[in-house]
Amino acid sequence: MLWLLKPETLPEKFAVMILAILLFALVMGLVLAVVDRPKLPKWVPVAGYLGPAVLLITFGLLWPGMLTIKNSFFSRTGADFVGLENYVRIFTDETFVTVIINTLLWVAFVPTIATALGLVYAVLVDRTRVEKFAKTLIFLPMAISMVGASIIWKFVYEYKPASQPQIGLMNQVMVWLGLEPQQWLLNPPLNTFMLIMVMIWIQAGFAMTVLSAAIKAIPDEIIEAAKVDGVTGMKLFWWVTVPSVRPAIVVVLTTIAMGTLKAFDVVYTMTGGNFNTSIIANEFYIQSFNQGQPQIGAALAVILFVMIAPIIIYNVRQMRISEGER
Amino acid sequence: MSLDTRVETPRKLTRKEQRAVDSKTRLSSPAASIIAVLIAIFWTVPTAGLLITSFRPAADVRRTGWWTVFVDPEFTTKNYVDVLGTSNVADSFFNSFIITIPAVLIPIMLALLAAYAFAWIDFRGRNALFAFVFALQVVPIQVTLIPLLSQYVQWGLDGTFWTVWLSHTIFGLPLAIFLLHNFMKEIPRSLIEAARVDGAGHVRVFFQVLLPLLVPAIASFAIFQFLWVWNDLLVALVFAGPEYSPITRVIATLSGSFGSRWYLLAAGAFVSMVVPMVVFLSLQRYFVRGLLAGGVKG
Amino acid sequence: MSQARIARGLVVAASATALLTLAACSGGTPAPSGSASSAATDEKCAAFKDYGDLTGKTVTIFTSIASDSEAKPHIDSYKPFEECTGATIKYEGSRDFEAQLPVRIKAGNAPDVAYIPQPGLLQTLVRDNAGKVIEAGDLAVKNVETYYDPAWKGYGSVDGKFYAVPVGANVKSFVWYSPKMFADKGYTIPTTWDEMIALSDKIVADNPSGDVKPWCAGIESGGATGWPATDWIEDIMLRVNGPEVYDQWVDHSIAFNDPKVVAAIDKAGTILRNDKYVNGGLGGVKTIATTSFTEAGLPILDGACYMHRQASFYQANWGEGVKVGEDGDVWAFYLPSINADQKPVLGGGEFAAIFADRPEVKAFQAYLASPEWSNAKADATPNGGWLSANKKLDINKLVQPVDKLSYQILSDPKAVFRFDGSDLMPSAVGAGSFWKQMTDWIALGKSSQDVADAIEKSWPAK
Repeated sequence: MLWLLKPETLPEKFAVMILAILLFALVMGLVLAVVDRPKLPKWVPVAGYLGPAVLLITFGLLWPGMLTIKNSFFSRTGADFVGLENYVRIFTDETFVTVIINTLLWVAFVPTIATALGLVYAVLVDRTRVEKFAKTLIFLPMAISMVGASIIWKFVYEYKPASQPQIGLMNQVMVWLGLEPQQWLLNPPLNTFMLIMVMIWIQAGFAMTVLSAAIKAIPDEIIEAAKVDGVTGMKLFWWVTVPSVRPAIVVVLTTIAMGTLKAFDVVYTMTGGNFNTSIIANEFYIQSFNQGQPQIGAALAVILFVMIAPIIIYNVRQMRISEGER
Repeated sequence: MSLDTRVETPRKLTRKEQRAVDSKTRLSSPAASIIAVLIAIFWTVPTAGLLITSFRPAADVRRTGWWTVFVDPEFTTKNYVDVLGTSNVADSFFNSFIITIPAVLIPIMLALLAAYAFAWIDFRGRNALFAFVFALQVVPIQVTLIPLLSQYVQWGLDGTFWTVWLSHTIFGLPLAIFLLHNFMKEIPRSLIEAARVDGAGHVRVFFQVLLPLLVPAIASFAIFQFLWVWNDLLVALVFAGPEYSPITRVIATLSGSFGSRWYLLAAGAFVSMVVPMVVFLSLQRYFVRGLLAGGVKG
Repeated sequence: MSQARIARGLVVAASATALLTLAACSGGTPAPSGSASSAATDEKCAAFKDYGDLTGKTVTIFTSIASDSEAKPHIDSYKPFEECTGATIKYEGSRDFEAQLPVRIKAGNAPDVAYIPQPGLLQTLVRDNAGKVIEAGDLAVKNVETYYDPAWKGYGSVDGKFYAVPVGANVKSFVWYSPKMFADKGYTIPTTWDEMIALSDKIVADNPSGDVKPWCAGIESGGATGWPATDWIEDIMLRVNGPEVYDQWVDHSIAFNDPKVVAAIDKAGTILRNDKYVNGGLGGVKTIATTSFTEAGLPILDGACYMHRQASFYQANWGEGVKVGEDGDVWAFYLPSINADQKPVLGGGEFAAIFADRPEVKAFQAYLASPEWSNAKADATPNGGWLSANKKLDINKLVQPVDKLSYQILSDPKAVFRFDGSDLMPSAVGAGSFWKQMTDWIALGKSSQDVADAIEKSWPAK
C-alpha cells in the first residue's frame, strides 16, 4: 500500500488523487446518512455537519495561531519568558516602526484605490458594447500569481542611466516626456507607493467584477426614476449608484484589506523589503525564516492579527445587523 | 455584507428591447467607453510587455525595451524551448493538477456541510462559532508551517500529496464557509420549509433544493481556490516532497542560483500562467454570479 | 525572416516535448551497479572499502543548488560512492533552502545530509536544535585532518565539536577586468591599494564625459540584497586592520562600531560611494543597490566600466561566448593589499552536515571529505566553476583558469586566508542587519558610523 503515500508513476498519482476525492465524498456521505435519521438530539446533526470543518480549522489555524501568540512572549529559542520585550524591541527600533507605518500605508491605499478604480471602471463600461472585453482585460492580473506580477512590474520600473536606451517602460515614458529617468524602487517614500501600485493593479479587477455585478443588480426603475427627476452624470453616480452598492463596497474593501495585510510576495520579490519598503507580512517572513529571529516574527504576526481585528469586528457586526433584519 | 441576489431579469428581452433599455439607463456616454478602453489597455500593457519580452533574445532584453520590436522585430522561441526542456516540467505540470483538483473539491465538500449547519440549523452559539471561523482568516499561513509540518512528520505523512491537500483545505475553509453560508442564507426559508413539510430530511433538502441553487457560489469559490492553489509556492515548498513539485516550484528554480539564466523568468512566468488564465476565462461567468450573491439583502 | 525563425522554433519546441515524454517513459530506475564486478572495479573501489557494504541503504541530501544544470555535477559526483558501496543517494535542491532547512529540522524531518553555505548557519543550527546535528564520524574526521588545512576543520566546528566537512571553496578577493581594454589604454595591473586608486583616477581623467567609469558594482540579490557589499567591507578590514583584528571583529571581541571598523567602511566608501568611480554603465552610486550582482560586471563587456570586484564564481555570469582567461575577454586580478608583500585572501565555502546517526550517512559524509570525491566532483563539472581546498585535488582537473588560480591562491603558503566574515557571524547580523545596513549605506546614504552603530545594536546577546 506504499503507493498510497508515495505514488511513483503518473497513473498511480491520479489514482491516489481520485481516491482522496472519493474518501472525502464518503466522509460527507456518511455524515449526511448518519445525521438524517429522525428523532436524533439536535446536537448530533450540528456536530456532524460542523465537525470536520471545525476540527481542521482548529488544528490548522487556531492552534498555530495560539502557538504564535505564546512565542511572541518568549525568547528566541522559546526557553525563557521575556514578557513584552519583543514588542518593546519592535516599537523602539526605527526599522520596525517604518515597517508598521508602511503596512498602514498599504492598508489605507490598496483597498480604497483599488475599490474606487474598480467602481469607476465598472460604471464606465456598464452596458457598453465593449464591456465584456474591457472587463476581461482588467481582471486578468487576478489570474497571475503575485510573483508573476512582480516580474511584470520589475520590467516596468527598470532603470538605466539617461545616456543609455531605457528598458523599463515607465522610464522610457519619462524620457519621451523629456524628463530624467528615475529609480522608482529605490527612493523612499516614493518606492512604497510604486509597490502599492502593483498591488492595486492586481486587486482592482476583483473590485471591478464584484461592483459591476452589484451595479447590474440595481433595478432599472430606480435609475429611470432618478433620470426623470433630472439626476444625471456625476450626481446619478453619487446619489444613486454608490448608495445602492454600498454593501458590496464593504465586502470588497474587507476582502482586499485582508489580502493586502497578509500578502508578502510583492515586497519580497521586488525589493526584498529594502530601501524602507518592508511591510509586516514580509518582515515576518524575513525575521522568522531568513534571520532566525522567530520571536520577533511571532510578535510581528500578533501585531498583524491586531490590525486585522477591527476589520473582522466590523464585518461581524454588519452580519449581526443584517441577521436582525431578516 | 449584503448584496442583492436579483441578477437575472425576469423575462428575456429581445436584443432590440435590451438595447433600448440600456441606452436609457446607461450611466455613461460613448466617449466614456473610449476612456474605459484606454484604461483597460493601460492595465494590460505591462503584461503584454512581458509577453513580448518572453519571445525576445536574451541579449536584446538586456539592451533595449520591448517596444522596440515594433520597429525592429526580432523574435525567438528559445526561451520557451529552454523552459520546456527543463527536466520535470512535464511531470510538475501534472503534479500541479493532482495537487489542485482535490485541494479545490475537498474544501467545497466540507464547507457545504458546515455552511448548511450555519445557515439552516438553529443552535446555541451559532453566531459566535461563525464569527470565529470567519476571524481565523487572520492567521497568516506562514505561522502555521512549523506546527503543521511537525504534526505531519509524527503521522508519517510528510512529503506526500495528502499533506498538501490537507493544508490547502484548511487554508481555504474559512473563505469557503463564509461564501457558501452567505449564499445559502439567501435562499428563501419558505423553499426549505416547504420541502421539510413534505417530509424531506436534511439530506434531501440539501441535494434536491439547495445544491442546484448553489452552483454559482460553488463555482466562484472554486475559481478563487483554483487560482490560489495553482499559483501557490509556499505551501508546495514546505509540504510537497521534491518528486511532487508543482510547476511553480520548478519555475522558481529556473534562473539558477547565481541568476545566470534570468532571461527564462518571463517565459517561465507565462508557462505557469496559461492554465489559470484558461480556467479563469472559461469560468468567469459563474464567478461574477457567485460573488454577487455573497451576502444578504441590504 | 523573423517568422521563419519562429516557425523553426516551434518545431524545435514540439520535438523537445516529444523527447521529454519519451525520456519520462523510458527513464526511471538507474542501471544497477555491476554485479559482474571485474578487477577494474575492485581497483577503482579500493579507496571505498572502509565505508563497508551499504547495499540497499539510502542517503538523502538537501542543498540550495536547484536548477538542473547546476545540480547535475553534484549528483554525478556521488556515483563512484554509489557504485562501490551499493548505497543510493537521493538529491534534493531548493532555492529556499536556507528558510526551509530550519523548518524541516524543527519539524523533525531533516534530510540525512545538507550542504550548509555558511558556518554561521551551522552554529545556529547546532545551538538551537540540541542533538539534531550529528557530530562527524571518525572516518570523516580522519579525512578532514589528512586532506585539509586545520582552519577548515575549525569552520566546520561549533563549540569545540566537529560537525561539517568542507565540500567547496571559493576565493573572493578578485577584481574582474578586460585584459584587452587594459592593454589598449596601456593600464597595468595594480599591485597595491594606492596603485589601484591611482589607476581609478587615471580612468576618470581619461573619460571626462563620465559615460565610462573605473568601477561597476551591484548588490541586489533578492532577499539577500547587500551581501556583495559586506564582501567589500571584509576584504578591506583584512587589508587595513590585518587578520588578528579581523578575527576579533568576526567573533565580536571588538564591537562592530569600533573606530577601526568604521574606518574600513569609510575606505570602502572612497570607491563605492564615489560618483566619479561608480557605477560604470549603470548610472550613479545608488544604482549599486538596485543592480543585480549577477549583472553588475557585465558593463565591462560593453566597455563602460573597467573593474568589478567579485568572487571566483562570477565566471559563470559572463554569458555564452565570453572567454574567461588571461588572454580572453575577461580575467581577474588579485584585489591588492595596502602593500605588495602582504597577501590576505578572503574566501568562502560550503560544508556538509549530517542529521542522522546511521553508518551509511556517516560513510557518505566521510566520502565528501575524501580526495576521491573532490576529484570526482571536478570530473563531473566539465564547465568549471567549482573547487575545494582538498590538498589532494588534482589541479589539472580544474578546467577554468580562474578555478586553477583560486586553487593556487588557496594552497599558497604565503597567503593569509580568512573566511567570509558575514558567513561566520550570527545570522541576525551576517544574514540580516549587516546586509540591510550596507544596502541603506548605498541606497539611502546613511553614514558609516550610523550603519556600524545599527549593526552593533542588532548583535544578539549571548
